[in-house]
Amino acid sequence: MDEKKVLIIGLGGLGSPVAMYLAAAGVGHLVLADFDRVDLSNLQRQIVHDTTQIGQYKTISAQTKLQALNPDIEISFIKDMISEDFLIEDDIDVVVDCSDNFATRFIINAACVHAGTPLVSGAALRWGGQVAVFSSSPQSPCYRCLYSDNEDEGEACSDAGILAPLVGVIGSIQAVEVIKVLCGIGNPLSGRLLLFDALSMQWRTLKLHKDPTCPICSN
Amino acid sequence: MITVKFFASLREQVGKGEIQLDVAEPLSVAQVWAQACDNAPLPSHILMAVNMEYSDQNRLVDAGDEVAFFPPVTGG
Repeated sequence: MDEKKVLIIGLGGLGSPVAMYLAAAGVGHLVLADFDRVDLSNLQRQIVHDTTQIGQYKTISAQTKLQALNPDIEISFIKDMISEDFLIEDDIDVVVDCSDNFATRFIINAACVHAGTPLVSGAALRWGGQVAVFSSSPQSPCYRCLYSDNEDEGEACSDAGILAPLVGVIGSIQAVEVIKVLCGIGNPLSGRLLLFDALSMQWRTLKLHKDPTCPICSN
Repeated sequence: MITVKFFASLREQVGKGEIQLDVAEPLSVAQVWAQACDNAPLPSHILMAVNMEYSDQNRLVDAGDEVAFFPPVTGG
């Protein structure tokens, strides 16, 4: 894993455990993407940041923690806004989607499909979360096969609320799936969507299908 | 009977986790939602599953099937 390169988009609730576990596990190069700064209200769940880092860019704040955790890994940043083609000339091995809105998720998905880069997608809100792996191969479904692309942005954690350790649960599973994909071992959640309801402590796995009319991954 | 299940915040919105629908003929998943939820509009970006497989709202289901609805989740 020390020669692998993983892009983490979003250094919030999900990105915190993802980044910390991948750094601790020794993924050689982590690329971080987030344009927000650390706010006191983030610290309830975004555990890669702390009170001494309020006001810093989340990428810088996370780098400090991750580099202290593992000084032997390389950490870099994405400075430009991501687009549907931004991965094509890059050598990213896996993209981890820890973002917080549909618009960004659709762009990340399209970029991964266009570049053929595996995508480990996670999301969480209130008491529930979900994880899926999209392999970005021609036969497999993509994130866009699940959701229609209308104007609904979805609800944000800051508005709807979120159980603090829920992002730890979902982010940790994302980190597990990244390591499996990087190492080519086990059965990743490819073609499956894992759903978690913390309030009732129920897990469900749905089988996914490729949408033959998907505007992103179908021909 | 069609078993209809609501997960996470949908369970709170609908006020129950599971109901049984008595059906005389096959229904689409959208019709199942309408009958189970007093004709409330189907929320955007809702995830639907029939017998643990992802489904769109047009799929037909019949007695013995399980239809599950999951709220959209985008936070991170």
